[in-house]
Amino acid sequence: MIKISNVSKTYPGGVRALNNISLQIEDAELYGCIGPDGAGKSTLFRMIVSLLIPDAGTIEVNGLDIVSNYKQIRSKVGYMPGRFSLYPDLSVKENINFFASIFNTTFEKNYHIIKDIYDQLSPFSDRPAGKLSGGMKQKLALCCALIHNPEVLILDEPTTGVDAVSRIEFWQILAGLKASGMTIVVSTPYMDEATLCDRVSLIQGGEILTSGTPVQITEAFPAALFSVRTRHSMYSLVEVLRQMPEISSAFLFGQAIHVVSKDMTLTSEMLQAMLNQSQYEEIGVSKITPTIEDCFMYLTDQTNISHG
Amino acid sequence: MIAFIKKEVQHILRDYRTMIILFGMPLIQVLIFGFAITNEIKNANLVVIDHAKDYQSVRLIQKMTSSGYFKLSGYASTVDESEQLFKSGKAKQILVIENDFAEGLRQNSARIQIISDATDPNVAEQLKNYTIGIISSFTAEQRDLPSPALKVNVSSQMYFNPELKGVFLFVPGTMAVILMLVSAMMTSISIAREKETGTMEVLLVSPLKPWQIIVGKVTPYVVLSFINALTILALGFWVFGLPIQGSFILLLAEILLYIIMSLSLGIFISTISSTQQIAMMLSMFALMLPTILLSGFVFPIENMPSFLQGLSCIMPSRWFIIIVRDIMLRGNGLTHIWMETMILCLMILFFLGLSIKNFKVRLQ
Repeated sequence: MIKISNVSKTYPGGVRALNNISLQIEDAELYGCIGPDGAGKSTLFRMIVSLLIPDAGTIEVNGLDIVSNYKQIRSKVGYMPGRFSLYPDLSVKENINFFASIFNTTFEKNYHIIKDIYDQLSPFSDRPAGKLSGGMKQKLALCCALIHNPEVLILDEPTTGVDAVSRIEFWQILAGLKASGMTIVVSTPYMDEATLCDRVSLIQGGEILTSGTPVQITEAFPAALFSVRTRHSMYSLVEVLRQMPEISSAFLFGQAIHVVSKDMTLTSEMLQAMLNQSQYEEIGVSKITPTIEDCFMYLTDQTNISHG
Repeated sequence: MIAFIKKEVQHILRDYRTMIILFGMPLIQVLIFGFAITNEIKNANLVVIDHAKDYQSVRLIQKMTSSGYFKLSGYASTVDESEQLFKSGKAKQILVIENDFAEGLRQNSARIQIISDATDPNVAEQLKNYTIGIISSFTAEQRDLPSPALKVNVSSQMYFNPELKGVFLFVPGTMAVILMLVSAMMTSISIAREKETGTMEVLLVSPLKPWQIIVGKVTPYVVLSFINALTILALGFWVFGLPIQGSFILLLAEILLYIIMSLSLGIFISTISSTQQIAMMLSMFALMLPTILLSGFVFPIENMPSFLQGLSCIMPSRWFIIIVRDIMLRGNGLTHIWMETMILCLMILFFLGLSIKNFKVRLQ
């Protein structure tokens, strides 16, 4: 169990990375920290693995305080930093052997833990780590973080820069590890990956916007959401939508515009009619269920408003 | 920890370009310093103004040119031409032999004038000394001179380096520079690289203790530097005929001490620099140049202003060069160099202490 209580951290340059964060991660849970770059995810993870000390607040990992008991924690957590942090000139096998030995174990002894992942890597076991593809690199890094059979696994953006297929494979591996009883905390900037976690926290600007299961978060969406498609300029339409008094926010979302109403009473027909009045024709409006990303955009908007 | 050392060796061996530089550099540097940059001047242009033109003046000119130091580039008739000769580069030194040289020798009143181009004062001074030496041995050879008793015989003898070979100076100096470079720069860069690429983050999270990380990092470089030191010694011995008068074991022990000293300096640099670039800059400018300039390797410490002399005392290389010269050339034992040895030991303690204090078990 990881217990984070009222943690704040400001870097020497005056950058406020985390602002009064509290959350609790249960044993054998797959927990996601979702947020864009610079949200403070890496700072939080470095604190959990005892590499950084919070300015205020406490963090406990399996009952151990990260400041006073950092030595015990370090042998219990597996940590995969956001940057590729293996030795590019050492081969796949050499990297794993090295990380096994610095944790006082051997590849053979803990092979069973990484077997599923290593089997995918084994054709390249003599290739230098620097010459692997992005997905393979991350799998190797995961192997190295797992080789000492940690109780808690901390993965900082493991799927960033990885192709779609490898990302799916990676999440399957995580699900397997979770099933074996490991507590896993993972961060990602990809909102669509949130649904693969048991619970998530949406993080932005050093603050937690909301926490809960992905379903809880999307169900808590307090307004009606519409997808608007047009053949006209999307940018000018966004501006028009934002001027409407019934609309709380509008933003580009792939090929469509997602429009959030101020209250639940707005229907797609009403919106269609309003847009037709504003000289916009051939417009498709449909009501949709919100995704995590919609929730994130909406909540970011709300905090921006409340912060002035 | 053995795994750590193994990993470090693999890093070094795989980076074959750096390896070629590491092992090639001492060879090339010693050869360059040994052959190209020597203080000995050879074949300096000499112009003679021979007013005497008798058999003795011709013999003197022959002796001058056969010494190897001078090359006769021509004759001139008057001293007025000298400025032109120096400017055109035709002469480095002009030798003026007055009238009736042979007669003057017999009466002990022969007169010779030396005119030097002092653009480079050291060269001018040295050429003048060569000339005086040649002339005095020339007069000593004159068996037909009447009263040898009247002449003053200046007899000088050079101990430990009778031929005044520059190599004797440069081999210890090069060794000091190379060992400093390999040990301090390479370790500081390789530790800074771990920080820069983020692998340090993983190492810190592991149960490895800081000293294990450092010892693991440093051990391969101790071996590497030691091989380099042996290469330089071998080159000095076989190529330049540099003797090792003192105890070889003591010499190796002192070399090892200096290597450890440089490594602790390298570790210290790595604790204060966050990137490879900073580590490299620090080692280059804060270590290399002072090592070369202030250690007595290139410029004699005795000639420095007292401020720089004081500064040179904190250069480990200064003490190392003294130690190496004492052992290799004078054949001295530990009793003569215990103070220098102690200074090196204290420096090791100082830098290791600072590094341990500075080594962070966490990120910034």
